[in-house]
Amino acid sequence: MQLAHYLGLLHAAQVRLAEAFREVRAGHADEADVFHLCERLAAQCDAHAEQLAPFARRYGEAADDEPERLHSAIFQGARDGPLGLLRDLQDLYLMAAECDIAWTVVGQAAQGIRDGDLVAVVQLCEGETAMQVKWIRSRMKEAAPQALVVA
Amino acid sequence: MTDRIEDPWGSRTPYGRGERWAERVDVHLEPGLAEHDVERWVPSASLLHSNGDGIDIAVRHGRIVGVRGRAADRVNRGRLDPKDVYGWQANNAPDRLTRPLVRDGERLVECDWETAMGRIVGRSQALLDRPGGWGRIGFYTSGQLFLEEYYTLAVIGKAGIGTPHMDGNTRLCTATAGSALKASFGSDGQPGSYADIDHCDAIALYGHDVAATQAVLWMRMLDRRRGPDPPRMLCVDPRTTVVAREADLHLAPRPGTNLSLLNGLQRELLQRGWIDEPWVRAHALGLAELERVVAPYTPERVAGICDVAPAELTAAAELIGTAERLVSTVLQGVYQSNQATAAGCAVNNLHLLRGMLGRPGAGVLQMNGQPTAQNTRETGADGDLPGFRNWENPEHIRELAELWNVDAEVIPHWSPPTHAMQLWRYAEQGTIELLWISATNPAVSLPDLARIRRILERDGLMVVVQDLFMTETAELADVVLPAATWGEKTGAFTNADRTVHLSERAVAPPGDARADLDIFLDYARRMDFRDRDGEPLIAWSDAAGAFEAWTACSQGRPCDYSGLSHARLRDAPGIQWPCTAEAPDGTERLYADGSFGTDPDAAETYGQDLVTGAPASADEYRAKEPGGRAFLHAAAYHPSPEVPSDAFPFLLTTGRTLFHFHTRTKTGRAPELQAAAPGVWVELNAGDAEAAGVAEGDLVRVRSPRGTIEGPARLGGIRPGLVFVPFHYGYWDADGDTRPRAANELTITSWDPVSKQPMFKLAAVAVERVGQCS
Repeated sequence: MQLAHYLGLLHAAQVRLAEAFREVRAGHADEADVFHLCERLAAQCDAHAEQLAPFARRYGEAADDEPERLHSAIFQGARDGPLGLLRDLQDLYLMAAECDIAWTVVGQAAQGIRDGDLVAVVQLCEGETAMQVKWIRSRMKEAAPQALVVA
Repeated sequence: MTDRIEDPWGSRTPYGRGERWAERVDVHLEPGLAEHDVERWVPSASLLHSNGDGIDIAVRHGRIVGVRGRAADRVNRGRLDPKDVYGWQANNAPDRLTRPLVRDGERLVECDWETAMGRIVGRSQALLDRPGGWGRIGFYTSGQLFLEEYYTLAVIGKAGIGTPHMDGNTRLCTATAGSALKASFGSDGQPGSYADIDHCDAIALYGHDVAATQAVLWMRMLDRRRGPDPPRMLCVDPRTTVVAREADLHLAPRPGTNLSLLNGLQRELLQRGWIDEPWVRAHALGLAELERVVAPYTPERVAGICDVAPAELTAAAELIGTAERLVSTVLQGVYQSNQATAAGCAVNNLHLLRGMLGRPGAGVLQMNGQPTAQNTRETGADGDLPGFRNWENPEHIRELAELWNVDAEVIPHWSPPTHAMQLWRYAEQGTIELLWISATNPAVSLPDLARIRRILERDGLMVVVQDLFMTETAELADVVLPAATWGEKTGAFTNADRTVHLSERAVAPPGDARADLDIFLDYARRMDFRDRDGEPLIAWSDAAGAFEAWTACSQGRPCDYSGLSHARLRDAPGIQWPCTAEAPDGTERLYADGSFGTDPDAAETYGQDLVTGAPASADEYRAKEPGGRAFLHAAAYHPSPEVPSDAFPFLLTTGRTLFHFHTRTKTGRAPELQAAAPGVWVELNAGDAEAAGVAEGDLVRVRSPRGTIEGPARLGGIRPGLVFVPFHYGYWDADGDTRPRAANELTITSWDPVSKQPMFKLAAVAVERVGQCS
């Protein structure tokens, strides 16, 4: 059974996303909405990771070694200025999208293994992640013309 | 008439449920004049708040010499707000701007209109010649111009320059009202009517110090309270205001916790069965999700979050839940606080759950702060699209393109309009290089003033200020345009309950000052904005023509003015939109048939997530099949972005006094109003003051991470842990006193994710005694 791989992948992705939200927050403190919302979204990611932890333990024993290639390393630290904000948001978008699809995969597996507890956790968290993706996308749409055409 | 400083609300005219509110005509003239000395009475409406009271302006020898309430007017039946009783004197102030000014190094020097407009137009054209030129020009307007001026500005911005960078001071006062109405009912538009006060049996006021902000509406409430069958009254406010003292029940939650309280109230209604379930099932969506979200907000949990006793919460729920005709009003205590749109929607929910909309006495009033804030939302001078059109709906864009005869791609609709705080951020970053500020004073009214001053002084940013006086903002401008004001120009405006008045020119403006409309028209002419056929984009040349153009734009939309014209409004007692051929006398209440503006083809929005503000897509919205049903939006409470700490242990809330409007540009020049509230003060809880060694009248310093102010302490009337400072006081009349006193030196740059309204009521501060006041 390979579910533990994906649980590990998702857990790590949520932890990395939380860190990235906090770095972007610190790097763009003058963008007040980004500053305040990223802290809140980071906390959501923390909570997601926390809720996954018991399932990683539950299925951990059956896990094979986690394939390295499932790790991503997108975000390398916050950049400056309007273009930098756009690039940072793009990194966040990709990282949140990685979580989003992983929730879908884990949710499918949870149904396959008839684990109602895990299904419930997925239902709670996947909507928040999907909304993070939407928010980042909309924030980028707003920022793009000014950053790419005007600045 | 009594002295309206000593007796702000005047004598009572009690009345019972369903009776007509009696007339009481308030008159105030210059000393020594009687009514027979007045040569002309010129019809207008009130400009120093959002109530929209009908007023006649008294003219003698070409000067304004007083005011009289219009007895027949549906809004005030002759009464006047103290600010209107005395505020007109500012028109005659000796320091009015009478000539354009342009910057010459450190100084602003007088010039002619040709020179001033030449600088603006030259800069505009140079910016537009560069790539993304539209993105280099921003407009920051007001809630105090007239409808015709906003609509003209909106067309210039959206079809002439093609910029989404247009917003104004209304973002600070009324944006959440609009957002909450859109979210719940599909479109902006006040459901209720002031006449609902005549019929109700309960009034609930959320963060709305109506006695100070809409004094005449408060008179109406008081007159019902003193008559037979008085309505019960609930006040939610962390301060013990006049309203709180009058109310049967006063809840004083911790600032920033409104949504928790409202979730608790909704839960109680659901638990106690105080909902009209058949009506909800027929007319609203989202009941199951609402039940799920509010379930954890037990009275005990709410008590822990809000510091409101469980028994108080349940009593408030009972007042709301057992009312048969409920009026709720909402203002800045909700709009300028944490989770503003979510809380505004929660108040709408209380009415949806109880089926309390669209009939006499059952209405929501999501209030406005400024007199013409409603018109900025209607015309799109706040960045929205005119006529409550949806920027995501291609058909709505096509309608506008056809109306203006321009290519649809000129009209900015690729993302939501640039909200005020983002507009200032672009100016701070240098991508906006021309910022045109009309009729407002951001150097005193925006949060974190040190930052705002830095932006206004920035090299490379041309600041244009169009105003009556040398405001704190005008002093930092590169071009200052002297404007005419109320009584000196003609135009229509609309109050918080959709009542439209025509305000007519009574006297000539001073010196070379011009009507704001004429300034915008002059700019459009000089810029030579053209439509697709090469004809002038702006085809009108006066206010009546602008109004006519607007009626065409509004036709078929919720804010339909097609039955109105200047001629129809002249001498009318106030007419509520929609006003059409089918409803020639206007419409008292929206949604009387329980059908809301949520149809996907008509709706002003496809909805937004209340937590992040992320917009929903057209497909997502259509999939809900709203079919004229309203939305019950629900969200969990989340703490404010700034909470007290060891270094900053108090929370600051800024607010208003009855005697001043905005940054006192006018009311500070009316001697009676100025004398009634001459300077800033710092309101502290008595227990907190004692612990800090502060006595009544001591000079205290209030510090936040952004800045510092000083002012005399006033003790009492406020919950522990909270500090109140009125935001009206800037520096134009500081008379050499260099101490900082503007409340917004302290406030935080943070805004609601949906309405983008800044949070003026949630800055963490420290308070210390400086000494005795000199």
